Amino acid sequence: MADRYSFSLTTFSPSGKLVQIEYALNAVKQGVTTIGIKCDNGVVLATERKSNSTLIKNDTNTKVEYITPNIGMTYSGMGPDFRVLVDKARKLAQTNYKRIYNEYPPVKIMVQEIAKVMQESTQSGGIRPFGVSLLVGGYDDHNEKFRLYQVDPSGSYFPWKATAIGKTSNSAKTFLEKRWNENLQLEDAIHVALLALKESVDGELIGENLDIAVISDPQDQLLGFKGTTIEGPRFRKLTADEINDTLDSL
Amino acid sequence: MSDPFSLNGGAAIAMIGKDCIAIASDLRLGQQSLGVSNNFDKIVEINSKNFLALTGLATDVLTLKELIKFKTNLYKLREERDIEPSTLANLISSSLYEKRFGPWFISPIVGGLSKKDNKPFICGFDSIGCIDYSNDFIVSGTATDQLYGMCESLYEPNLNPEDLFETISQALLNAVDRDALSGWGAVVYIITKDKIVKRVLKTRQD
Repeated sequence: MADRYSFSLTTFSPSGKLVQIEYALNAVKQGVTTIGIKCDNGVVLATERKSNSTLIKNDTNTKVEYITPNIGMTYSGMGPDFRVLVDKARKLAQTNYKRIYNEYPPVKIMVQEIAKVMQESTQSGGIRPFGVSLLVGGYDDHNEKFRLYQVDPSGSYFPWKATAIGKTSNSAKTFLEKRWNENLQLEDAIHVALLALKESVDGELIGENLDIAVISDPQDQLLGFKGTTIEGPRFRKLTADEINDTLDSL
Repeated sequence: MSDPFSLNGGAAIAMIGKDCIAIASDLRLGQQSLGVSNNFDKIVEINSKNFLALTGLATDVLTLKELIKFKTNLYKLREERDIEPSTLANLISSSLYEKRFGPWFISPIVGGLSKKDNKPFICGFDSIGCIDYSNDFIVSGTATDQLYGMCESLYEPNLNPEDLFETISQALLNAVDRDALSGWGAVVYIITKDKIVKRVLKTRQD
């Protein structure tokens, strides 16, 4: 009868709350601040990679990940949970979409697939919800538009023009409200993202301590071959040098 | 004799014109040499710009019509837009390959115009989903050999919708008259960017 006690930990409290989900959101609130900004010609996903020791080799720790050639994802909260979701998202993009339609999913469909995984972890027995909020940015081929979504541990998702999650998300969002406008360009968006991060970064604000990706124009040089009409991936990580150059011009 | 592809008979064809496509099929349903119906439509309208024609075993034709309609309706609900012809082709391909070792006994044809620039698209498939892309014409069914003969001699590129209708009709009509298992009427769809014209053709009934 051991399975009698293995029901879901996320049971409604008498007041109608699912406290486990609220605790998961608290885990996110303690996480490193992460910024997402969408503009006409791209999306920026930016976060800090914190290291509490100078002995750590920091540049192997990636926090903004490639999901499909046109979709990237980052997080605030628990790193290990994020890596599980990255693996699942990549696989879902293939099995539930590319292998059926021979094209990659639009951002909304990808977000719905990820949200489904996160929702199921709030209603299944023997497991806990994911301790992360995600920012998913990407480009839709069918309407030629960029998209930015946030996905929460409950499985809710929201489309944003610009947003922040994690420790200083409230002040960062206030900052973004002032800085975001309809004719923001990608270069400005990277600037704004760095300025927003500047407020939350405790240590030195240098390229080596930041993880930034942009989804913008097709990067044909990343394709690995030439002479076809196939577009390169739009997802591109910024190098530490590129970030430092931008920081110098702040 | 017991080939499921030629049990019920039938023929279908698609052609590309200038900013338009045509897709057509006969209307016969038979049990080997015995004619059963002269009103067996083998073409489905997937949406206002995309059409699917199915020849082969009639029971599978009916099942696949419903299956693809179901899948494209679900696609429209999920994506909030109509499916593109090339996407539809890949959906059909993967649906057919799912049954790799016990296939549907059908040879589908897809014809449509892309949403963005109304670029004509046609393609055919074998019964396990290999896509046969084409930029002129695609044929399928028991009159395949005859249809190829007619298309090779009648087809020319960049026909306007009226001339394309004439070409595809003559190709189909004269092909099915040389096939005992096809004919008994025909239906032709001409798809242009702003309208679809359906014409039912009268043919000899013997």
